[in-house]
Formats: sequence, C-alpha cells, structure tokens
Amino acid sequence: MALIDLSKKEVHCKVVYYGPGRCGKTTNLIYIYNAMSDAAKGKMLTIETKGDRTLFFDLLPLNLGKIGGFDIRIQLYTVPGQTIYASTRKLVLKGVDGVVFVADSLKVRKAKNIESLQDLANNLKEHGKSMDEIPMVIQYNKRDLVSSPIPTLSIEEMKKDLNPQNKWPDFEASAVKGAGVFETLREISKLTVKYVAKKHLLIK
Amino acid sequence: MGDLVLTTAKLDAIRAQLENNLISAGIHSVLIVDSAGNIIASCGEHMQGIDIISLAALTAANFAATSQIARIIGEEDFSLLFHKGKKDSIHFAKIGQDYILISIFNDNVSLGVVRLKVTEVSQHLHELLN
Repeated sequence: MALIDLSKKEVHCKVVYYGPGRCGKTTNLIYIYNAMSDAAKGKMLTIETKGDRTLFFDLLPLNLGKIGGFDIRIQLYTVPGQTIYASTRKLVLKGVDGVVFVADSLKVRKAKNIESLQDLANNLKEHGKSMDEIPMVIQYNKRDLVSSPIPTLSIEEMKKDLNPQNKWPDFEASAVKGAGVFETLREISKLTVKYVAKKHLLIK
Repeated sequence: MGDLVLTTAKLDAIRAQLENNLISAGIHSVLIVDSAGNIIASCGEHMQGIDIISLAALTAANFAATSQIARIIGEEDFSLLFHKGKKDSIHFAKIGQDYILISIFNDNVSLGVVRLKVTEVSQHLHELLN
C-alpha cells in the first residue's frame, strides 16, 4: 500500500528486493547508498546481526524528485533470503508496491533461485497480491563471475528458469561492481510509480 | 490491509487528538504508523531529531516479531509494548488491526499516565482511522 500525503504532496512507495540467500540484495542497496548524493538518500538502516546474512531487513529511503507536483519517495527494503526466515519475508512484503527479484548466477544456486521465486509468489498471494499485478523486475546478479573459473548459469538458462514468458523486464548485473544496479532501480522505480499513480488515480 | 484515505480534515482531527490528549500530558513525541511501516501522522517538538522513517519501519517489524512470541505462548497478539530507557522510554499501542501509536516520553511522565492517556485516545483514533 503506497502512502500518498496530499497535505505535504508526497508519495511513498515500498520496493522490496527479494531473492535467495546470499544473492546480493543488501549489496545492491549498499551500492545505491554509496553512489547517491546526500540530498537524495536517507539513512540506511541495517539491523546488525553477527555474520553477513540479513536476519530482519535493510531499509534505504530515497527521494526521486517530483512528478506532477508530488515528491516521490521510495523505500527500498531487502528480505532475509535463507529459507528458514519465511515469516520475516512475509512481513516485509506487507504493503509492497514493487519487487526486484535478484537471482544468483552461480550454477549451484539454480534450484534456490526457482525456490525463492515460488516462495515470492506464495507470499504475495497471502497478502492478496500476485506477480502479475505487482510491478516486478528481475536482476541476474553476479555476472562478473562468468569470466572466472566458478561455474555459472548462462543468461538463457536463467531466463528459462525464472522469466520464460519474458513477462518481466530483466537486467544483468554485478552488484559488487555496480553494473546494472541503477538500471534495475530506474526500471522498478518507473514501473512502481506508474502502478501507484494509476491505482490511486493520480494519472489516467 | 485495504487502502486508507485520509482527508486533511481527518488528519487535523487525528493531530488534535494527539496534541490534546498526549502532548498536553507531557509525552514529548507521538507518532501513528501502519503495520507496513508507513507514517500516518506525527507530532511533538522533539520530532526533528528523530529518524522517523527508520522508527516506523522498526516498529512495524517489532510488532510482527513480538506477535510471533505471543503465538508461542498461546496468545494471538500483544496489544501494547513498552521499552524503558535511561532517559527516554517508548510505548507502543495497537489501534485496531493495522495501526500503531508510538509515544516517546522522559521520566517526568509516569508509565501509568501514558497508559491511561493512550487507552483513552485509542478509542477516538480507531474511529477516525476506520
């Protein structure tokens, strides 16, 4: 559920980065945080836990400028990817307006990608939403590893697994190096703002 | 959770409730957030120094986490939470199913007064938000 504040002329949208454990959701947020100017970003909130897994969520508020006199603010959330944190993932999805599905290019993570996408579909359904309705972008992360000796999945193979009907815009990325991170963010912001505006009749 | 539409008049009525019942009782900052972490209304003079976006997101998460604790002991939900600090303390109360009232106060105000005032104002807020 987006929040539209008519008195302050602000629109707040919630975008969630979803995906299997250790696929690079937090790395996406950290790259965005480091690359954006202070005026456009808020404080990045991460709940400190031991180790480098996200146990609860990360939050990064961004200010995307004005559309039709309204200040557009987007809050980026990540979820914990590990299968056992199912209830936290469901909670973070509450009121979501757009989803970035981050897929892991490592060959060993093939099954985890598919499992996570299915989990996303189930969790959205429990909130009364579906992947057909909500704006979504797929990011094939860790493409920088293709040239390394580590076995990786080809783009064709990942598309076949995750986006066979080409339903969603997809991007190749390397969140560590920053390639594709802003392309993903730009696309999901555009789709989300359009979806929220249309849904709440700000535009026709 | 359905769509919530708040008109300026309604929002002013909500703010007036918060000002007249809670701020006037000595609570220095008051916020209403929804269970997805959106800020509905805020008031109080200390609000400038607080990162309210993070506070709202963490409050929603905090409630969701403690409701799992509630389920473990056979309760459906906890309707209020209280965290005591050295100088400032924070009180969270559920308003209906979807909203949370956050009150931040220092040791000049007793917890009893906060609870009493929050209970009183919750009724009115519930009507205004539904």
